[in-house]
Amino acid sequence: MSAAEQALANGDTVPLSLRGPAETRVVAGYGFWLFLLSDIIIFAALFAAYAVLSGETAGGPTAADLFDKKHVLIETACLLASSVTCGFGSLAVQSGDRSSIYFWMAITFVLGVTFLSLELSEFSHMLSIGAGPSRSAFLSAFFTLVGTHGLHVTIGLCWLIIMLLQVGTLGFQPMVRRRFFCFGLFWHALDIVWIGVFTIVYLGAHL
Amino acid sequence: MSTEIEAQGVAPGAHVNTHGTRRSYLIGLGYAVVLTLVSFWASSTDVIYPPGVPILLGVLAIAQMGVHLVFFLHISSAPDQTNNILALAFGIFVVGLLVFGSMIIMANLNHNMMPMDRLIQMQR
Repeated sequence: MSAAEQALANGDTVPLSLRGPAETRVVAGYGFWLFLLSDIIIFAALFAAYAVLSGETAGGPTAADLFDKKHVLIETACLLASSVTCGFGSLAVQSGDRSSIYFWMAITFVLGVTFLSLELSEFSHMLSIGAGPSRSAFLSAFFTLVGTHGLHVTIGLCWLIIMLLQVGTLGFQPMVRRRFFCFGLFWHALDIVWIGVFTIVYLGAHL
Repeated sequence: MSTEIEAQGVAPGAHVNTHGTRRSYLIGLGYAVVLTLVSFWASSTDVIYPPGVPILLGVLAIAQMGVHLVFFLHISSAPDQTNNILALAFGIFVVGLLVFGSMIIMANLNHNMMPMDRLIQMQR
């Protein structure tokens, strides 16, 4: 056994500095993780704006008047379930099982679309009763925060379609696996942001 | 599959566990569902002392974020994740500065500002 093989055999005993460059998957994951953190910082700024402005209703409807808890619970359930089906899909990508990728990712897609349509129906209802983003500072902050999250979900759904097409055309090249891995990270990170949204915006409204 | 991994120059078994298993996703789902339901219940119940509810909701939300990080994003203390953990720590630091800093500064400004009707009177 050569020295290099020995080093690989017991990886834990070799110091990090002597292990050579990290594998591409780890580096790509790290880069995407940095992007996700910067995205979460954008959301933090929007959360800060919402926290500051949530009381400034300018005589218009307040948070407690507008938000329905049952609606939000269904939205949360959709997003949570889609996170798990996305995880099952990632496992299928890992094992190279094409039909179960299509199965789990189709469910993920449907749950994502359900979430978006629920959110859009809420927005259109609010617009129809005159509670649009121009009504008060509170509503501007609300539509910016929740709308940005919805926009991220929309982009995620487009990305998911592209990834399924790539599995169809390119197969399971390492490149495609990495992109699927990053998509999974993106989708789970959106769920983390949603925890903040439903806690601060929707549950906080009724305190 | 194994040939593709070798083509990337990866040590055998180097990333067996970084994607989790079906079981770990289901455990994560269980924790997340319980935490979500408890926070929805806590926001509408009379059982809990009302001023304590926001703190409880905050704790539940942070716990659920932790569950998602561990079971769905697979953040762990594995050696190839050291950089991810450090970046996460810095991210949490920046998020805390942004959110709590803004809230403290704005509450302070609000507190020190002259009431709007008095201000309008003075400008006449």
